[in-house]
Amino acid sequence: MNVLKKLKYALMTNLIGKPYLRIERKKSEKKIAKLFNPDSPLNPPLKITAYTKEFVSSHYFKGRYIEGVKPVAWVTSGAPIEILKALGFFLIYPENHAALCGARKVQMDLIKTAEKEGLSNNVCSYVRTDIGSLLSGRTPAGKLPKPDLLLACSNICQTVLHWYRMLEKHLNIPLVIIDTPFVYNEIEPHQVEYVKKQLLHSLLPVAEKIAKKSLKEKELKKVIKFSKDATELWLEILNLCKEKPSPLTVFDQFVFMAPIVEMRGDRETVDYYNEMYKEVKSKVNTRKGALKRERRRLLWDNLPIWFKMRELAVKMAERGISIPISTYTYAWGELAPLMDLKKDEFEVIAKVYLSPILNRGTGHKLNTMVKMVKEFKLDGVILHSDRSCKPYSMGQMDQRNRLIEEFKIPAMLLEADQNDENAYSEEQIAIRIESFFEMLGVSYG
Amino acid sequence: MVKAMGIDVGSTTVKVVVIDKNKKILFKHIENTKPRIKEQVKEVIGKVKERFKGEDIPIISTGYGRKLVEEAKKSMTEITCHAKGIYYALNTTGTLIDIGGQDSKVIVVEKYGRVLDFTMNDKCSAGTGRFLENTAARMDIPVEKIGEIALKSEKEVKISSTCTVFAESEIISLLAYGEEIGSILKGLHRGLITRIVGMINSVAFTPPLMLSGGVAKNRAIKEMLEEETGYSIKMPEHPQLIGAYGAAIISLEQNI
Ligand code: SF4
Repeated sequence: MNVLKKLKYALMTNLIGKPYLRIERKKSEKKIAKLFNPDSPLNPPLKITAYTKEFVSSHYFKGRYIEGVKPVAWVTSGAPIEILKALGFFLIYPENHAALCGARKVQMDLIKTAEKEGLSNNVCSYVRTDIGSLLSGRTPAGKLPKPDLLLACSNICQTVLHWYRMLEKHLNIPLVIIDTPFVYNEIEPHQVEYVKKQLLHSLLPVAEKIAKKSLKEKELKKVIKFSKDATELWLEILNLCKEKPSPLTVFDQFVFMAPIVEMRGDRETVDYYNEMYKEVKSKVNTRKGALKRERRRLLWDNLPIWFKMRELAVKMAERGISIPISTYTYAWGELAPLMDLKKDEFEVIAKVYLSPILNRGTGHKLNTMVKMVKEFKLDGVILHSDRSCKPYSMGQMDQRNRLIEEFKIPAMLLEADQNDENAYSEEQIAIRIESFFEMLGVSYG
Repeated sequence: MVKAMGIDVGSTTVKVVVIDKNKKILFKHIENTKPRIKEQVKEVIGKVKERFKGEDIPIISTGYGRKLVEEAKKSMTEITCHAKGIYYALNTTGTLIDIGGQDSKVIVVEKYGRVLDFTMNDKCSAGTGRFLENTAARMDIPVEKIGEIALKSEKEVKISSTCTVFAESEIISLLAYGEEIGSILKGLHRGLITRIVGMINSVAFTPPLMLSGGVAKNRAIKEMLEEETGYSIKMPEHPQLIGAYGAAIISLEQNI
């Protein structure tokens, strides 16, 4: 049986999948060319943009035929996946999948399905999108493979704990929860010890049992190395955006960051970011910015508004507003230096996954923002107050006030949601954005 | 002679101001917003032009309907225009509270009417003029009178609903229980003021406090705001015209 499945997988992904995705890439290249006509306030995007779609789609495409070939795990974005990767797991990230639904604008139907089944509209819209997809079977990815294991880590929010418990009940499969205590200032040795213990004693035995093999140190080292290399490259790419004009905007980065989340630990991901680095670097060398004219530079805080990405990108670019960086895209790069290959792997993993921005105090985020404003030579901050993501949005009111009062950095709160269009009021948001731009001395016509 | 015009197309009223080069108001006009805004604006501007025949007066528009003013050279948001207008009307920096029909805003105004910070109550009508208007209508009292009645009342009942719609039903039951209209109105004003104070606390506040918008005519608002914040409030001569006045000044500045 498994041999048959393996054959089918090889056939579908290599013989059919690859050419099919290549045709899709050609199509998106044409579409992109059309969008970036001479009147567009944006310069044409990186060549790698069309490939990004192919690259990410290839992952989902493999997923369609993976059942029975490799063990499958559904994991949270901040889960210690290196251990699973080293054991040969195929991974699905429901959060990324929800973001994909949002970016393709198919999320509202899924959200409605989930709400009809009783999920409150106060629950994170990623959860509603994914549960809606699970219950209805609808997904822009074609089909998501059924998992054998669920892995949730509390380093991003408490929501995922409830979400994954719901999945556990519905799918009737094992769930491992890794509890990462909140880091107020510095990571304490006892916290590392605590997380390490869970990795060794909760996650490892269950994962090994499902994978039917034991973890090899060599494999784990290899995966961590790939994770580290990709993350480092990502950080270097983002640091190139300190240049004026910025070669990328945050709207590009939101798309380009997908592989760093859902395909980290793979060799291909390192190659992908290598290519991207070269292209971005050459843009910097020729001083070609993402915008045709960059008049002001801003920082974005929090998740994107997936269903409004293009509109917002154009609206900002029309006024010469560039957003070269965000706390969200940068957060992934910041983990790179922690991946010390010389140290004990489990200790490194514990430290890395204790460190995400959402697992740290609001003061840490404020300091990060202030530092970024300086380093990226920014003129102000847009704080997206995301109704869904409470941990990211908590403290923004104070952060905004302190940015203005203590650091004399103009800042604005933008109330919206990453996926739920019902929390987005078009006219009000337009007025806020326009007023903020006028305040920065960039007025509309 | 150099002149400039500002037009503020709000959700409740349309306001027009023409100024001379010393920013002195030569002409002002207010009328209720009609459903066909484009035509209405055309007509209003036509009348002004008639008055200043032969003069080429540059126009800047603001307000919710700012993009519907075809005659305008440019449109600017209410935030920018209000800051500009109040700075020159009162000749001071500070924090402006503007309570309009559809939204309320708090703007921290710097030198030359530049905006330092702002916040808007644009999600819910509880902090806006509509809140008072609706409930006044419920009680069958002209909206111009509610402030006076509220101030006269010694007693004040707490209205616990912050939502305009729910507050209406709460009022009906309070009336049914025999509460005095005055004390209900006082409670209602308190509800609105509490919202506004929350907004003031959320910006980079600099004194003095200033007040504009249609609701500024209501004396209870001014007095109760002073009581809640402990600051005395400065009021321009024409609180409703501040947006249009600011637009006219920007138009003037850009055309000199
Ligand atoms: S609440 Fe925030 S961190 Fe948690 S799943 Fe939703 S978006 Fe992600």
